[in-house]
Amino acid sequence: MAFVNWFKRNVVVIAGLLTLAYLLLPNVVVTVFSFNRPKGRFNYEWQRFSTDAWRDPCGVSGLCESLGLSLQIAFWATLGATLLGTMIAFALVRYRFRARGAVNSLIFLPMAMPEVVMAASLLTLFLNMGAELGFWTILIAHIMFCLSFVVVAVKARVMSMDPRLEQAAQDLYAGPAQTFLRVTLPIAAPGIAAGALLAFALSFDDFIITNFNAGSTVTFPMFVWGSAQRGTPVQINVIGTAMFVIAVLLVLVSMAVGNRRKRQKA
Amino acid sequence: MATVTEAPPPLAPPAPETKPPRRRGRWTPYLLLLPGLLWLVVFFALPVIYQASTSVQTGSLEEGYKVTWHFATYWDALSEYWPQFVRSVLYAASATVLCLLLGYPLAYLIAFRAGRWRNLIMILVIAPFFTSFLIRTLAWKTILADGGPVVGALDALHVLDVTAFLGWTADDRVLATPLAVVCGLTYNFLPFMILPLYTSLERIDPRLHEAAGDLYAKPSTTFRKVTFPLSMPGVVSGTLLTFIPASGDYINSDLLGSTDTRMVGNVIQSQFLRILDYPTAAALSFILMAAILAVVTVYIRKSGTEDLV
Repeated sequence: MAFVNWFKRNVVVIAGLLTLAYLLLPNVVVTVFSFNRPKGRFNYEWQRFSTDAWRDPCGVSGLCESLGLSLQIAFWATLGATLLGTMIAFALVRYRFRARGAVNSLIFLPMAMPEVVMAASLLTLFLNMGAELGFWTILIAHIMFCLSFVVVAVKARVMSMDPRLEQAAQDLYAGPAQTFLRVTLPIAAPGIAAGALLAFALSFDDFIITNFNAGSTVTFPMFVWGSAQRGTPVQINVIGTAMFVIAVLLVLVSMAVGNRRKRQKA
Repeated sequence: MATVTEAPPPLAPPAPETKPPRRRGRWTPYLLLLPGLLWLVVFFALPVIYQASTSVQTGSLEEGYKVTWHFATYWDALSEYWPQFVRSVLYAASATVLCLLLGYPLAYLIAFRAGRWRNLIMILVIAPFFTSFLIRTLAWKTILADGGPVVGALDALHVLDVTAFLGWTADDRVLATPLAVVCGLTYNFLPFMILPLYTSLERIDPRLHEAAGDLYAKPSTTFRKVTFPLSMPGVVSGTLLTFIPASGDYINSDLLGSTDTRMVGNVIQSQFLRILDYPTAAALSFILMAAILAVVTVYIRKSGTEDLV
């Protein structure tokens, strides 16, 4: 009876943890199989333990080049989308202007459209313009689909901001530029950072739009896709595992730093 | 730096509200909006219009295409590929329902029961994004492999008999069946369900739960009458964020499915990139877009949450 009651009280927790396990199971498999030494070209069956791939992560031709390219594109796409998106978010929250409804739908629509539709239509445009597919077309596409997500993230933060803080700054003789740099921007920073992080993750991991508009340029997701047809090198798992671990560690470190700062302030 | 000199002198008496400061701000919103909106118009809106025109063109790759208002392309595309359309809707809808069922308990756990573990669980939900989703989807090939532990267990529990009866699996295997594709879709879009659910659950004041309990509501009644209705905005945006990308996806069907599980995304991709039949591809993607927009509009109207952006 005690067990039944305990179960009843914690059924949500158990179900939630099962979902978490479902979410993390593939990552466990990816990590385990980064220590595999597969027999054939595909790394889907466990053979025996080996650290070969970890000692030579760039051992497959083209892999690290594609990773470098993806990081480069993600960096510039993040920069572009964050800049343009932040400006739009400020305009939406702080100003009155005409055609607000049209502007809102233009920002909402890219998020409400299956990627394959955007990818196909953008390719149609590039083909019609006779543009050469490659780095620039990928970058243009990535800025386009990251933009709306940055707007949403920054807008949420700017909306929750107390406008009286800026009035106070101006009462204390700060000019508009000073007010913006010393008051507005620091308060909006977490929203901008969240938007930038989201843009980076979206761009780095994008496959569908890139696949359509890359020509013969190979980004990291495209390398993985190609290898899924031809044979998956273990090094793919090494890079996947490393990215996961680095992401978790970065977040944990930044949280620890944030906590310490809070404590120092208190 | 011109903005600094234009600023009203700080000690000036409060000027009539509408004059100098407002005038300076009149063009600011348009200047702020211009670059981003221009980008979206040129690289999002314009391409969609281009595509609409491509879908009514006829011609060939060698001789070029001309707009001939050939609407028959739509009819041909629909009559040839309607099974893929139906499949896309079915798979995406199943994955969305599964995401809601699986994601809700986890979002609830993070919002109300996780305590000091909250941040860690949050990180674990988001961090898989950094392992490319293609690598993670390939991992499902290993998990669901023929004769593997998962398939063995499902077989021993006679689950596979039931799913085979329903047409979800075939021949005692899970890979290359609809079940595998829906499982992959559910997995890939689950975080897009969990995050909005969490955001709206977290806003609920926990004292509302206590109040409901004080008024003799059972936990299940509290959930039905208080928690769930208050989390509706999260449910709406979560289901949209899952259903929309899932309906256009072709990765899961390609990696985990077979030719019998092809979705409309697979068709668009192969028409565009392999067969190079641009009008058909454009027509298909236009139909998909129109269908999605119709669903989204009706859904948002019905659920009464207009404030998605």
